[in-house]
Amino acid sequence: MSRIKTIARRTFLITSAAIVGGVAFGTYKYQQDAPNPLTAGKGEAALNPFVFIDQSGVTLIAPRAEMGQGVYTTWAALIAEELDVELADIRVLHGPPAKAYFNSAAMQDVLPGKGYDMSGFMHSLSQVIGGAGKFFDLQVTGGSTSMRDGFDRMRVAGATARETLKQAAAERLGVERASLSTKGGQVIAPDGTAITYSDLAEAAALIDPPKVTLRDPSQWRILGRTQPRVDMVAKVTGTAKYAIDTRVDGMRFATLRINPKLGGAMNSFDASEAEKMPGVDRVIDLGTGIAVVASNTWLAIQAAEAVEIDWGDAPYPPDTDGIFARIDKAFDSDANSAMRDDGDADTLPEGATLIEANYRAPFLAHATMEPMNAAAFYTGDALEVWAGNQSPTFTQAACAKAAGLENEAVRLHTPVMGGGFGRRVETDFSVYATRVAVAMKGIPVQVTWTREEDMRHDFYRSGALARFRGAVKDGKAVLMDGQISAARTTQQAVNRLAGMSPGGPDKGQVDGAFNQPYAIPNYRIRGYLADLEVPVGFWRSVSASFNGFFHDTFLDEMAHAAGRDPLEFRLELMREEHPASAGTLEAVREMSGWTGKTPDGVGRGVGYTYSFGTPVAQVIEVIDTADGIRINKAWIACDVGLALDPGNIEAQMIGGMIYGLSAACFGEITFYEGEVEQFNFPDYDVLRMHNTPVTEVRVLEANKYMGGVGEPGTPPAMPALGNALFDLTGTRARELPLSKTFDFVL
Amino acid sequence: MVTTLTVNGTSHQIDLPGDVPLLWVLRDAIGLTGTKYGCGVAACGACTVHIDGQAVRSCQVALGDVSGDITTIEGIGTPDAMAAIQDAWVTHQVAQCGFCQSGQIMMAAALLAQNPSPDDREIDETMSGNLCRCGTYPRIRAAIHTAAEQLRKA
Ligand code: FES
Ligand code: FES
Repeated sequence: MSRIKTIARRTFLITSAAIVGGVAFGTYKYQQDAPNPLTAGKGEAALNPFVFIDQSGVTLIAPRAEMGQGVYTTWAALIAEELDVELADIRVLHGPPAKAYFNSAAMQDVLPGKGYDMSGFMHSLSQVIGGAGKFFDLQVTGGSTSMRDGFDRMRVAGATARETLKQAAAERLGVERASLSTKGGQVIAPDGTAITYSDLAEAAALIDPPKVTLRDPSQWRILGRTQPRVDMVAKVTGTAKYAIDTRVDGMRFATLRINPKLGGAMNSFDASEAEKMPGVDRVIDLGTGIAVVASNTWLAIQAAEAVEIDWGDAPYPPDTDGIFARIDKAFDSDANSAMRDDGDADTLPEGATLIEANYRAPFLAHATMEPMNAAAFYTGDALEVWAGNQSPTFTQAACAKAAGLENEAVRLHTPVMGGGFGRRVETDFSVYATRVAVAMKGIPVQVTWTREEDMRHDFYRSGALARFRGAVKDGKAVLMDGQISAARTTQQAVNRLAGMSPGGPDKGQVDGAFNQPYAIPNYRIRGYLADLEVPVGFWRSVSASFNGFFHDTFLDEMAHAAGRDPLEFRLELMREEHPASAGTLEAVREMSGWTGKTPDGVGRGVGYTYSFGTPVAQVIEVIDTADGIRINKAWIACDVGLALDPGNIEAQMIGGMIYGLSAACFGEITFYEGEVEQFNFPDYDVLRMHNTPVTEVRVLEANKYMGGVGEPGTPPAMPALGNALFDLTGTRARELPLSKTFDFVL
Repeated sequence: MVTTLTVNGTSHQIDLPGDVPLLWVLRDAIGLTGTKYGCGVAACGACTVHIDGQAVRSCQVALGDVSGDITTIEGIGTPDAMAAIQDAWVTHQVAQCGFCQSGQIMMAAALLAQNPSPDDREIDETMSGNLCRCGTYPRIRAAIHTAAEQLRKA
């Protein structure tokens, strides 16, 4: 982290007179450039907000966070491709919070439309609207947007840097730029003279960048091929530094205990015993809880447990039943959205068979492998924060506010994260660390949450209920009418981050249901928002994580009611509507050798969800064993439009599926007396090596636009498993987790 | 109370109460942060280290009970000189977020030291206590087979 520190410190401290060769240009224009947050020192060039070149080589200042999804590697590959450097020679650092790093793709989903049917016109319109992200300071890693966001911007960044360096070389050698070529981090003249980029950096910084054209994909050397991850060696040698590994001189170690009745007050506390315990420096009143600062994290944890606390009540119904009653009640009020309303969904078509089913999905925790934590150091007029976060601009602002400082006085470091899954979009853990640091002025403090604190103070995936009505006739679906109710996830999360909550229809809440490419003539999907103060947030694939289960399970039920093979039934409905989606189903049919029949003791199910721009089909096979039901095999086909790094996409698809299967089998957060009843992995089990299926992945590229890869693998896993269990047992589970209905191999 | 610990061949004087778990001694007192905290209750394996070659969950071993030499992820190889097992992890591009991987590698290394050619079932049995929320299990298993092969050749 020391290089970004140096670069960032310069940005903060150096006056303009001392800056030599700092220049911003190129790739992030939306009417007016946001200022380049990087400023170069002598002998360096910050060629644009993404590429930094100095005596030691090329650095990508990545504005997206690395949570494990491989974004550092693929963004570096996009730059390396145009800049003619080897991927291994690019260092990747996370950039400081800045407007220039806004996420253009995150705003694209504000457009109406189902996504898969986007016309060329709508596609360009959404690209333009994407620019609005800048005005919302939307430097967010989420929504599986990183590749869609970086694809052009990073290549233009690389190409612009390359041409500028060539121009600098041309001027030095007195030749035409067009006569020069580039290779391996050098500009090469017709006579063979080679000048390194480092050598040209300072001169390049003074040159107005020329216009560039991007290389045709047929010329790509790096993109489209599986690349070794730039963070791999650090992560297998224990040298990758996560926020939890922050160590600076004089650091003290803290933990916290916040009211487990979420959002409730702290009436009183007695820390007299805790304060006497070994290693304890101080117990800090955080208003809704306490923090203990000590010489060692474990000593802090022991003391925190010894603090006597009287907690106030939570602002939501105290138990799971009461909470779900609220979700159910929302069906009685007007729908928040009807993002799809084709034909006449009120009337049962003549001669059709009616099918009805209700579904339920539980609250879920993120349970990132690295528990929430952050380190902070407050000096009175400045604050330094180390936090693995998915939203640096929001995090910086929230910490500044908590410390009573201007944003500019907060230096935020974003190390690699031990999993994000949406949890690290939130700013709570960074703000708590800030408040502890403010109380400990002059002393750097690391605030680590226990796993229990992490699991019991999440922003949960909302529990959800669904009511589906449908009809089949002559083997075809002729009606589907779905209603889905859940807490106000988007409103809550955006309100926490941006201090305002968007009104109007919440498209995200019905994602994974309203936008599925099935040609059903009478087709309506309505969303209902429950008034519920349980903290909810973005969880890998957001609402598609329950809608995928509801919608696709219901389709499976319809297929069976129609007496059709469930895979063929889906295929027939989507072939015209979205050929790329049909391609994914055809692929898993072929990969799995799907016949629609399974021997005794074996069950197979198919699942399909379109989300975040990517259609994904999965076939899952379960088998009956003496120890319970085993998830034996899985086949995944996705269509990402353009596969920049197939190996990484495969890893994301498998990881996303396993995340979904873990939730489908075991995941459930419940409430009792206002508190979450799960504490740690023994109460919130996940798949492990021995019960994870052997999986095969096929990555297709027939879709018109590039889709996300981090999330779309999750939603179809849950219905695919449920459908396989139905095939195996004849029992249709309409509630998750499936362990309530079936015994799995543990 | 001062306790002497040998970690990765280096001796350390630790001034902490004897009930502090080894995990927090390594991370906070010695500054070896490669060993991770994931659960604190022996349920995730992220904190796995070796004591005299045996894999243990360092969150469960009190400082006062440590008898033997400790090896952590930092002790089995470095970025410039990786152990065969780490090489295999790179070959298979195992890590996503990477947070579980120190523990996975230490667990797998102990397995291979005892069983130079484990089959899938033996691998599953040994590794089932190590969680990975990113779902890298298939690649972990493949990497263990590759590492076993390399070690047998060496
Ligand atoms: S931290 Fe020791 S097993 Fe999880
Ligand atoms: S790689 Fe992220 S938890 Fe295993």
